[in-house]
Amino acid sequence: MSEAQSNIIADTDKVDLEAEFKSSNIQEVLDKLDRELIGLVPVKTRIREIAALLLVDRLRKQFALTSETPTLHMCFTGNPGTGKTTVAMRMGEILKRLGYVREGHLVTVTRDDLVGQYIGHTAPKTKEVIKKAMGGVLFIDEAYYLYKPENERDYGQESIEILLQVMENNRDDLVVILAGYKDKMDRFFQSNPGMRSRIAHHIDFPDYRPEELLAIAKLMLAAQNYHFSADAEKAFTEYLTLRMKMEHFSNARSVRNALDRARLRQANRLFGRRGRPLTKDDLMTLEAEDVLASRVFSEGRLDRDPG
Amino acid sequence: MMTNTGNRLTQGQFSFLPELTDAQITAQIKWALQHSWAVSVEYTDDPHPRNTYWEMFGNPMFDLKDPAGILMEINNCRKTFPNHYIRVTAFNSTRGTESPAMSYIVNRPKKEPGFGVVRQEVDGRNIRYTIHSYATDKPEGERY
Repeated sequence: MSEAQSNIIADTDKVDLEAEFKSSNIQEVLDKLDRELIGLVPVKTRIREIAALLLVDRLRKQFALTSETPTLHMCFTGNPGTGKTTVAMRMGEILKRLGYVREGHLVTVTRDDLVGQYIGHTAPKTKEVIKKAMGGVLFIDEAYYLYKPENERDYGQESIEILLQVMENNRDDLVVILAGYKDKMDRFFQSNPGMRSRIAHHIDFPDYRPEELLAIAKLMLAAQNYHFSADAEKAFTEYLTLRMKMEHFSNARSVRNALDRARLRQANRLFGRRGRPLTKDDLMTLEAEDVLASRVFSEGRLDRDPG
Repeated sequence: MMTNTGNRLTQGQFSFLPELTDAQITAQIKWALQHSWAVSVEYTDDPHPRNTYWEMFGNPMFDLKDPAGILMEINNCRKTFPNHYIRVTAFNSTRGTESPAMSYIVNRPKKEPGFGVVRQEVDGRNIRYTIHSYATDKPEGERY
């Protein structure tokens, strides 16, 4: 307490937001976010706002302007493969840089990790997970599974109640992020109004546009030291337009799977013409034929579909 | 001569120091977690030094990153057993066994009656000495 008091500066003094901003390395984190996550404008805007709030809060503290610690519990909704988990993982690091959480690690759980199998099993299980997540971020994937309205004796409710209590009382110790598909999460919140009110940030992850998906594909390939040839890029754009119209399209995840299959075909192609020496570039390049061999083109259905 | 005025139980680390504050306990837990030791909370109302195995308050906590969770358990235990001895033990598993690496008392009864010497006459003129905690004259649960 005495230390905090000695840091208080006079009312007439001025503080430098710019200097504080620079010293926190937040720009670096935000730049990294811009670089590595394509699209997701609403998400990035919200993260920027949170960063600004925490920074301003820090300055306010210098004038002894106390305000309650903001609640940063979040809910990520969006279709499959829109980057909810990826952003949650970044969230830990970002909040640590901003000094909001102490460790910044991410604990990912689903219903299985929180809800027990018999009476008296749920509370210790949930508490153990919460203790592990303290100082960091607790990410509950497919959070709507926690509540099963069709079974009134389901233990999920008990888990939700413990979570609510911790979200309220241990606000300084952990940040809870719920994630799930939009419609199912809406239903979940309807039956748990307490949960909705305790979560300040509801962020909706939009679907990616085709050009964003292409950029993601290039980024994924670059990370694995591959690249498209000019023709392959054109073919992949075509592939995306076809694939997006088909069912079970899950955005970036579908892109990753498509790339994995293209890599298989590339390896097979290189194997087929063995005897000739290969350059480094040969090993790195995905050609149009690697993409075009997909069944999405020939039959209009997925490779993995049976028959 | 009384060497330990106030009959304070001196077992484990820091027991000759004044009571640890929560901030100090947090710092000690932090040290344990940095070494990836598992931390457990235990309680007893039998302060005899040979009483090695105290009751466990929940399972030992593995894979924690932050002391806040353990402090929460300590405070739960204090609430449940305000007049018991509570200690925090950190276990080091690098040698293949969970061997205690740290152990210190974080809660003690308000009044500690201390220990008395018991003399037992045995064969010949021999005397055997042992110590006996006054608190354990009463049954378990009513001692403090």
